[in-house]
Amino acid sequence: MTQLALVIDLNVCVGCHACVTNCKEWNTSGEAGPLVDQNPYGKDPTGTFFNRVQTFEVGEFPNTETVHFPKSCLHCEEPPCVPVCPTGASYKRKEDGIVLVDYDKCIGCKYCSWACPYGAREIDEHQKVMKKCTLCVDRIYDTTMTAEERRPACVRACPTSARLFGDIHDPESEVSKAIREAGGYQLMPEWGTNPANHYLPRRKTKLRIREDELERADNPLKIDQQLPKPGKAEPSLDDVTSW
Amino acid sequence: MTQQSVQEVKNTTCYMCACRCGIRVHLRDGEVRYIDGNPDHPLNKGVICAKGSSGIMKQYSPARLTRPLKRKAGAERGAGEFEPISWEEAFSTLAERLGKIRATDPKKFALFTGRDQMQALTGMFARQFGTPNYAAHGGFCSVNMAAGMIYTIGGSFWEFGGPDLDRAKLFVMIGTAEDHHSNPLKIALSKFKRDGGRFVSINPVRTGYSAIADEWVPIRPGTDGAFLLAVIHEIIQKGLYDRDFLVQYSNAGELVNCDEASDEFGMFLRTEVPEEEACYDPQDKLWWDRKTNKPVVTHAEGVDPCLLGEFKLNGTPVKPSFQLLYERVKDYTPEWAEGVTGIPADTIRRLAYEMGVTARDQRIELPIAWTDSWGKEHDTVTGNPVAFHAMRGLAAHSNGFQTIRALAILMSLLGTIDRPGGFRHKVPFPRPIPPCARTPNHPNAVQPNKPLDGMALGWPADPDDLFVDENGGPVRLDKGFSWEYPLSVHGLMHNAITNAWRGDPYKIDTLLIFMANMAWNSTMNAVEVRKMLNDKDENGEYKIPFIVVADAFQSEMTAFADLILPDTTYLERHDVMSILDRPISEFDGPVDSVRIPVVPPTGECKPFQEVLIELGSRLKLPAFTTKDGQRKYRDYPDFIVNYETEPGSGIGFLAGWRGKGGEKSLRGEPNPNQWEMYAKNNCVFHYELPKSYQYMRNWNQGYLEWSQRNRITRYAEPILINIYSEVLMRFRQAAQGKGFSRKPPAHLAKRVETFFDPLPFYYDTLEAQVSDKHKYPLAAITQRPMAMYHSWDSQNAWLRQIHAHNLLYVNAHTARVNGIEDGDWIWVESQWGKVKCMAKHSEAVEPGTVWTWNAIGKAAGAWGLTPDANESQQGFLLNHLISEELPACERGVDRRVSNSDPITGQAAWYDVRVRIYKAEVGAGETVTEPQFAPLKPYPGQTERKSIWNYFAGAKK
Amino acid sequence: MHPAFSVVFLTTLIGAGQGLFLALFTVESYAAFGLLPAQTNGLYAVGSAIAMVLLVLGLIASFFHLGHPERAWRAATQWRTSWLSREVIVLPAFMGTVFLYGMAHWLGINPVLAQLPSGAPVNVTAVLGVVGTVLAFALYVCTGMIYACLRFLREWHTPLTVINYILLGGASGFTLAAALAADVAPDVMPVLAGWALIITALGLIGRVAALIRNARLKPKSSLQTAIGIKHPKIAQKAQGMMGGAFNTREFFHGRPGSVLRAVKWIFLLGAFAVPSVLLGLGLVSMAGDVLAFAFVVQYLGLLAERWFFFAQANHPQNLYYQSVA
Repeated sequence: MTQLALVIDLNVCVGCHACVTNCKEWNTSGEAGPLVDQNPYGKDPTGTFFNRVQTFEVGEFPNTETVHFPKSCLHCEEPPCVPVCPTGASYKRKEDGIVLVDYDKCIGCKYCSWACPYGAREIDEHQKVMKKCTLCVDRIYDTTMTAEERRPACVRACPTSARLFGDIHDPESEVSKAIREAGGYQLMPEWGTNPANHYLPRRKTKLRIREDELERADNPLKIDQQLPKPGKAEPSLDDVTSW
Repeated sequence: MTQQSVQEVKNTTCYMCACRCGIRVHLRDGEVRYIDGNPDHPLNKGVICAKGSSGIMKQYSPARLTRPLKRKAGAERGAGEFEPISWEEAFSTLAERLGKIRATDPKKFALFTGRDQMQALTGMFARQFGTPNYAAHGGFCSVNMAAGMIYTIGGSFWEFGGPDLDRAKLFVMIGTAEDHHSNPLKIALSKFKRDGGRFVSINPVRTGYSAIADEWVPIRPGTDGAFLLAVIHEIIQKGLYDRDFLVQYSNAGELVNCDEASDEFGMFLRTEVPEEEACYDPQDKLWWDRKTNKPVVTHAEGVDPCLLGEFKLNGTPVKPSFQLLYERVKDYTPEWAEGVTGIPADTIRRLAYEMGVTARDQRIELPIAWTDSWGKEHDTVTGNPVAFHAMRGLAAHSNGFQTIRALAILMSLLGTIDRPGGFRHKVPFPRPIPPCARTPNHPNAVQPNKPLDGMALGWPADPDDLFVDENGGPVRLDKGFSWEYPLSVHGLMHNAITNAWRGDPYKIDTLLIFMANMAWNSTMNAVEVRKMLNDKDENGEYKIPFIVVADAFQSEMTAFADLILPDTTYLERHDVMSILDRPISEFDGPVDSVRIPVVPPTGECKPFQEVLIELGSRLKLPAFTTKDGQRKYRDYPDFIVNYETEPGSGIGFLAGWRGKGGEKSLRGEPNPNQWEMYAKNNCVFHYELPKSYQYMRNWNQGYLEWSQRNRITRYAEPILINIYSEVLMRFRQAAQGKGFSRKPPAHLAKRVETFFDPLPFYYDTLEAQVSDKHKYPLAAITQRPMAMYHSWDSQNAWLRQIHAHNLLYVNAHTARVNGIEDGDWIWVESQWGKVKCMAKHSEAVEPGTVWTWNAIGKAAGAWGLTPDANESQQGFLLNHLISEELPACERGVDRRVSNSDPITGQAAWYDVRVRIYKAEVGAGETVTEPQFAPLKPYPGQTERKSIWNYFAGAKK
Repeated sequence: MHPAFSVVFLTTLIGAGQGLFLALFTVESYAAFGLLPAQTNGLYAVGSAIAMVLLVLGLIASFFHLGHPERAWRAATQWRTSWLSREVIVLPAFMGTVFLYGMAHWLGINPVLAQLPSGAPVNVTAVLGVVGTVLAFALYVCTGMIYACLRFLREWHTPLTVINYILLGGASGFTLAAALAADVAPDVMPVLAGWALIITALGLIGRVAALIRNARLKPKSSLQTAIGIKHPKIAQKAQGMMGGAFNTREFFHGRPGSVLRAVKWIFLLGAFAVPSVLLGLGLVSMAGDVLAFAFVVQYLGLLAERWFFFAQANHPQNLYYQSVA
């Protein structure tokens, strides 16, 4: 069984928000759209987005990490939002594991959003239906697009390719390998929701300079004669003993 | 829903920032449905950023100006009271006024432009007009970065060159703004990290790129020079420099006259060499040969020069310039630097070793044969894989030029210039040091009804190149290329308004500003500058008589215009990203690109290029007029195709598909179908150099000759790295009263002598020198959010949701010591002004630094926003705290100098020192200060929606 | 959570309606077994009418919670998995039953359908009453489980939620029934008021138990699990949007802690203490208006209780929305 998902590499995410607005741009004029913006030019502008990038500071100065953290629907394998839906508008597709909302069935009761511990759902407060990431279901199966284009908008946009997309049930997929090899993890594992989306942690490259690497055979100061050389007249053992 | 709609995809080039990525614009029934990155574009390879993805909201923003506007009679400047006029009225007003100026005193017309990407055209227009008063935004952006590096290695970062992260093993980023060169750098950074490279970020703040660094090294703002000099100290002390590289490719071994009594003190020793034709930098200097212990001409066969030591040449004491560097950095120890920078000495030492050992022990040899300028053939190209990147964090300080010199020298000591894994040039760089372009050097170059006799901006090589009058006074309004800022190679736009208002050096008549927000975030001291723009003399006449602003949006600056010319968006016009301007070349060869309109202009918007060509034609400027006085170019596309720098030169704005049938590259006759050919080829022309021309280009015979053949450069001589800068010494020499060149006015001699040091040195920023550091203990700087470009995007409904207002980030400990809790309202006060804002605690900022996002704060009602929008009510500008002028350093002298680097005139944005304290805020006072009277929408602006369900093609 | 007034009114109104019905049928049952004097149909008919009014008002309130009330019928389809769907089914069923019950009494159509072995007659209203009682409890369970089933809303995820919905709805319903009885059937008033006192007392115990339990809850999720970084000190700096979003409006009550504490004391007094005193006074003095006042106070107290119920629930998604910058 296929389970499509995003794998987000926090090791390279610089927090540029490309995924945020490219998602909005694709989806507002796509099958999931329009996505409302309220007070777009006034006080407290707000709108429906499927994806947000947040910033966290970890640790205390000077040992601080700044972590940029993109978050969208995690397409849980045990999605708590689905069974609570009274109308069946919220559903998980058998064929690819995408969790979707059928806008025509949604009554806008928001109960599914209460049932999601991740805050992944955002109601469209103008159209009054619940909206969320569709993994660009209107892109990834569109055969009029090239294979490169048949990926979610956020994945294509991401300048640091911090977003990988694929089937996490296929052990040979890029995403499965990334999860395996780079320590991919799930959010809030304590709830047993088994999110399909995974995150890859920060990884550090360190450099160890050994002392002998500074004692260099190729030290150019030898050529330029700046390494200290005692004068001939300075005292030496020759002055005190003849053995 | 979309069955019957007409879908189209058109290629063009993005302009949501200065990055210039290739984009594909998807249209549905003529409305923009989606903008994605063009996978076939060499710059962004299909990716796109937050701004680029929000182009739709720029296109349909209610902040757009759609009609030419004239200030209402009797309305104050700044009030934003306008009435619509026709383009014909706008053009005839302008043509009449400018015609009169040109016929009398062309310098009374000043043209300053922002981040416009069409400097080749705007500069040409100004030159044709005959005014010296032209500059783009470079002077207040990063001119130190350009000048400091180009005067040292003949190239610089961003458009001119960059870190080769594909092969680097260690990457050191210092003070880089995230909005510069954003997508290519993001792509490279992520690949670099995934390949296991080590990324060190040196920055007072950990945001953006620094966030993913393997190590963050917090540093006090403005002290980068001290850090770099201490690293150089360690690299030399430990013998970690690339001696072979320095000997062959820099002036490290060249002998300097050390006889203080001599007029030639500080100059290179020279000998007679056979005169070469059209030689720019004769190879006539001397080395001291280690074997024969005698002076020899440099690069003589089989000679190895001493880099250290002191010698006598005909009785004159001489030293290799490397010896002078060695002496210079002797006292710049890591322990000394720790006290200045706040970086522990051990960390400085370790970083120096990491750089040195990586450069030496991880050497790259690529099997690429090439021939150097001295005819020697090499089988391989060597690389020392340590790469650097730096930008405004270094540049925007009044000690930035010397700091950046230190960086370029460090990069050179490590042997990383135009080598794999290090720094790589981008065509048309490297240039000779300094590049050949010159301004006129005499006020006579400005004559009625004549083009300016020289370039408005250039690269002085000695005092005789300065653009000054007999008394050494400035000819340019901004005092560029004067003794105050001799190497102000990008001008000093940030002083244009103050100088014009004061009439120092003279009054002007008309100021034309193109897309620069000089009444707000692009000016220092915004409160006072806004008053100057509206100030009148004793006769009730405006001190700056006529202000014209061309812009696409209702910025704060437009409110001060007498005449507003509505520009188009980038989706509505033709444009060229020309090699004559800021190029977009890749490391492997020249690249240029175009914009082609994908939607028709909104309202009566007209591309500014068309305005210039129309005006140029009406004013009968020679370049825009045929011999019989007729209009030469129909429009901008026609101009681009047919313009040649000289008749028959074959050099035009675009390098691709030249020649009658588009068969030629770089040079060739105009091709009437050039636009179509760009359109068919993703709007981009990419010329890949042969591998053997891709490296070591300062000294690569093949490349330099190719470059000369294609008229990219006039000279094909080797471009030796200036470890020691004789150019700077020539200015110092003049200031010391020696030599035959011009001498500075007495009051500036000391300044020039102090700062024009031929070797990098560290000094406190000028602001710090006139500040009480105990009273103002903190440095205040800005950072660039990646989802906003300058002030451009507050009108963008999507981007402003991400950054609706800004707060001042304060180190949590510093804040608590000052009694400031997270979210408190505070006053931030410098000796020049104060602002009220909200504080935010952060652990990711150096304790002596406070920062905020750049240009998020807006004036009420500007940018198409409602007067109660977050940007104006909770947002603020640091600019109010920064003075555009400083008292001169000498005591008791009533003289002001620009708050700028004394060498280049680079605006010293990041020098300002502040103190912070809690603001007592009553109910209803939770508004930032200062506030300004709200602007009303202008005629022609579309209605602001309160709810927007954007769906492309929905109208149909 | 952000207490939506639609839901606050819905749950309190139908809770009282259900309780009122239960009180009515309690009287009828007592009467059937001779524990109370038989009552005229007026008490049942008027009582059912009032219960219907409460239920209808609750239903109307619920529609304000829906983005698309015109599609509300769809909500009945997922009864296999969704407590909300079950509520949507049970509520009209219950309302129908109450309606029929009330009509049967009003029109006096109450034929005996069977006889219990004890000889007690089983008439239509008895059957409807039993069905209604089952449905009333089912509805309490559905309503309670809507909240109790959300396991990461840990303040709700306890049997106490269901128990308290039953007890608090029952208390207000019996109080209302007592006030009604004081007017139309004074002889049953003491029993109803007595039950009201008892259920209110039990409700207080249940609610205080929930308060104590919730005060001791240790959050299961943390910033560490929310973003998957194991470091004791993590602070959000930017939540990704500055003008707010659905996530910042729906899941936060937006009031300072002091308001929350004040509301807690208000509902402890208003829903339990003051009504108990008033019920006692009413019982002693047989004063209908005192009992009516008791109901009004208790209902207002329950509004506060319900507001608090929502506001106190701390949704783990709030971990992601803590900082505007």
